[in-house]
Amino acid sequence: MTERQAPVALSDLDRNIINALQGGFPLTDTPYADVAATLGISEAALLDRLKEMLATRVLTRFGPMFQVERMGGRFVLAAMAVPESRFEAVNAQVNALPEVAHNYRRDHAFNMWFVLATETPGGIDAAIARIEAETELPVYPFPKLKEYFVEMKLKA
Amino acid sequence: MEVIDSIDRALIVATQGGLPLVSRPYDALGETLGLPASEVQARMARLLETGVIRRMGAVPNHYALGYVANGMTVWDVDDAQIDALGEAVGQMACVTHCYKRPRHMPDWPYNLFAMVHGHDRAEVLAQAEQIAERLGAAVRARDVLFSSKILKKTGLRLVG
Repeated sequence: MTERQAPVALSDLDRNIINALQGGFPLTDTPYADVAATLGISEAALLDRLKEMLATRVLTRFGPMFQVERMGGRFVLAAMAVPESRFEAVNAQVNALPEVAHNYRRDHAFNMWFVLATETPGGIDAAIARIEAETELPVYPFPKLKEYFVEMKLKA
Repeated sequence: MEVIDSIDRALIVATQGGLPLVSRPYDALGETLGLPASEVQARMARLLETGVIRRMGAVPNHYALGYVANGMTVWDVDDAQIDALGEAVGQMACVTHCYKRPRHMPDWPYNLFAMVHGHDRAEVLAQAEQIAERLGAAVRARDVLFSSKILKKTGLRLVG
């Protein structure tokens, strides 16, 4: 289970790296050296900072972010209203499915919100049916009907 | 939809945990996959072009950056107006994701979802007010659902 992490003090260099690299990493032969040059640091320094920020979980990943729908898969947001007395048990049942990519507790009658990510469209219905059978609670799917904007870039 | 072949899929499996942190990462991937680096680069360029790769770079943990409050703002607006409203809200600087989603009546009347992130709940509520102003009279009902705990966050995982 992943807990939220306390904010950490970031150096100006780490802020610059994060702000410059939330996309557009080049496909050149020596991409780290090329990016380092634009930041005015050495390739070794950039690699060192990236490794350190990954180790301390300031970065959760460094690399490509995939859009599973573009390769025939599906992402679907779904919610459940879980009785508080059963929350931990239901959470364990839901998280056990590899199709559950993210799961958040939220302050609402619908208190569990998770994202199902599957390689095929049919995988979503199968995962929902399995969660409903195991938990004996209804799952409310919220498939996106239209995407107006997605760009998860935050200023460090 | 983009059809990916078995080599693309192997490339996705090899990179979904991250790019190699070495001087020549595409050479390293090529060695793992038995491909020349030039083919790794060409395939990744095509996956970027077709949107299978949304973007490439650093994925920050937003809690570590101080964005500890995340609010899913939800709105009930007229279906006839939702596209124009969704586009407008999506352009707002504080909004990271904006979607039209189905209602589930009677429990859930909301059809427009806009995710906002702030350093505390007050900042998120102020952002929700900005969205409310932008939506104006079109708002029939609204709510903000704050996340109180991350229960899981692994992202997509194809089984290699």
